Amino acid sequence: MNSAAPAGLSSPLPRHSEAIAGTAHDPDERGYFGRFGGRWLPEALVGALDEVAEAWRKARRDPSFLAELDRLARDYAGRPSPVWPADRLTAQVGGARILLKREDLNHTGSHKINNVLGQALLAQLMGKTRIIAETGAGQHGVATATAAALLGLDCTIYMGRVDTERQALNVARMRLLGAEVVSVATGSATLKDAINEAFRDWVATVDHTFYLFGTVGGPHPFPVIVRDLQRIIGLEARAQVLEQTGRLPDAVAACVGGGSNAIGIFHAFLDDPDVRLVGLEAGGDGVETGRHAATISGGSVGVLHGARSFLLQDADGQVIESHSISAGLDYPGVGPEHSHLADIRRAEYRPITDTQAMEALATLARTEGIIPAVESAHAVAGGIDLARELGPDGIVLINISGRGDKDMETAMRWFGLGEPDQHQDPPDGLPVPPAGTAEGEPAR
Amino acid sequence: MSTPTTADQTGTGRLAELFARTRAEGRAALVGYLPAGYPDPATSRRLFAAMVEGGCDLVEVGLPFSDPVLDGPVIQAAAQTALAAGWHTRDVFDLVGSVTRAGGQAVVMTYFNPVLAYGADAFARDLAAVGGAGVITPDLIVDEADEWTAAAEAHGVAPIFLVAPSSPTERIARTTAATRGFLYAASVMGVTGGRDQVGAGAADLVARCRAVTDLPIGVGLGVRTAEQAAQIAGFADAVIVGSAFVQAAGPDGTDVEGVRRLATELARGVRAASA
Repeated sequence: MNSAAPAGLSSPLPRHSEAIAGTAHDPDERGYFGRFGGRWLPEALVGALDEVAEAWRKARRDPSFLAELDRLARDYAGRPSPVWPADRLTAQVGGARILLKREDLNHTGSHKINNVLGQALLAQLMGKTRIIAETGAGQHGVATATAAALLGLDCTIYMGRVDTERQALNVARMRLLGAEVVSVATGSATLKDAINEAFRDWVATVDHTFYLFGTVGGPHPFPVIVRDLQRIIGLEARAQVLEQTGRLPDAVAACVGGGSNAIGIFHAFLDDPDVRLVGLEAGGDGVETGRHAATISGGSVGVLHGARSFLLQDADGQVIESHSISAGLDYPGVGPEHSHLADIRRAEYRPITDTQAMEALATLARTEGIIPAVESAHAVAGGIDLARELGPDGIVLINISGRGDKDMETAMRWFGLGEPDQHQDPPDGLPVPPAGTAEGEPAR
Repeated sequence: MSTPTTADQTGTGRLAELFARTRAEGRAALVGYLPAGYPDPATSRRLFAAMVEGGCDLVEVGLPFSDPVLDGPVIQAAAQTALAAGWHTRDVFDLVGSVTRAGGQAVVMTYFNPVLAYGADAFARDLAAVGGAGVITPDLIVDEADEWTAAAEAHGVAPIFLVAPSSPTERIARTTAATRGFLYAASVMGVTGGRDQVGAGAADLVARCRAVTDLPIGVGLGVRTAEQAAQIAGFADAVIVGSAFVQAAGPDGTDVEGVRRLATELARGVRAASA
């Protein structure tokens, strides 16, 4: 685990503050990445967005803000996160060498803490006393509630009713942390409706409230702020892979819902043309069935939640409900920078079905002793495919964006783990339990 | 944009004529909103007819959208009912046509994605063909509106933008420069839905708008009673009422007489201010 050496040794890893200093890939003044982004939302919010953009412009260069961000990232969130060589998984797949970026080891269990600490500090710097956020799986909600508790800010989290039911554990975590959780029953009662409701709150409360957006979507400047705060994933991982293997990976795989963990790990490799960047979208029952959340693979260009980007919509421009086993990917939109990267063919996007993701989740659990979030399991499935395509000389870096504790009910149902006498067949390639085994668990 | 005269039969021209008339009568115009296709296409036509017959000078035909971020629970639910009843964007032209053929004036209020999906130019063209006067776009800011304003201008349909209490004067000036027909001033920072009081900032916002434009100014968000209508009519050129009409249509959206009664009452309100 020499890769996770603390800063200050011979090859110190980049600090969080170094990731937010601005890049050669910033959007234009109006927040456009190519033809995607901008501000497609009510005039009433423009003033608040301008205020956030101006505060961020200053914070990016404010030494005390940057020092505090680095301190929280290191001593509170646990950065840097390690890169783990997944040798047993590699051996089982029989293809390229697979490395895992372990964002699941961060405080609160996912990459979301990277973004939340920075934005909560920004809210405090702006004199806001209340933060609101949307959440799908609950990972961003938990991270936001955590930062609010740490900094003494009031906190309200909007979450679709479907999600409060399937992610009840995270609802309990948020409430324990002192946040108010509002269950949103309108529309499809999932993440997109939670975002609508958060915007409705914000338009009435902008004077004292900061909308802590969770992904690289929404109106400018959110896509660039969240991107900046997640870039640390890739900056660290690039240095770690170089140190461990002596070269860059051939491919980087990450799951894409709104796309924050993927942008976070992709960004450090944008100027490395030989590194393939592969985003794995939620294919649900399969893109051909129409029941999916694969926005770039199966959507078209429109405007939703403040940005022009790909989205799932019908011929009339009505937004279509997405479907995925993963609450965190169950969203009909995607961040504008991803749409741009797809447009210019710098990144490629592939769908992973529910079944493929759950098989990959079990495979990773049994080969490496790591239970990923169902979201991250999409990246694992896509990474395994890439490893097979690249063959033994290749290197694949997979972003494990979150841990799977929150998904145990989903896993219990999927694999029949709670029932002593039956279970689904184990995923391909895994040992089959010997006949007559009384336990529901596979033999190993 | 051409100078408004009685000969100007573009949507923008007809709006200018409408406001010239209400100004001549020394009163504000009454604008009534309902979601289109609510609760079903046939009843929706009768509700809009009742608003016109009850005394609305202009009706605002709300195009149902799956993700209405500027609407409160009343209009959200009505829009969802309309969508569930099989609403399509093209249906809006039939509905607007039914209003204009009966002698009423109509503008469409729509979130922008359905317009993008239909095609901005095609939307303006087809609306103009049925006599629609303009389009209010609550989630389109002037910074993103070049393609839309060009299409609207080409077909003589008035692009109507919103200003908010949070808008600085510089943005009000840029927004009014792109607006035709009338300017929509949001009375409060918030979503649609009845309130006991219209924001105290509404009069201030209207005054700030008057400093930079001669356009008629309509005030909306939160107006539900004749008293509020009278109060707003004291400083604005149009009073815009939405959620209260949805509620007047009753829980199942079929109370046509309830809508007519509210329109009549509000029409008295906009006249009371000048009395």
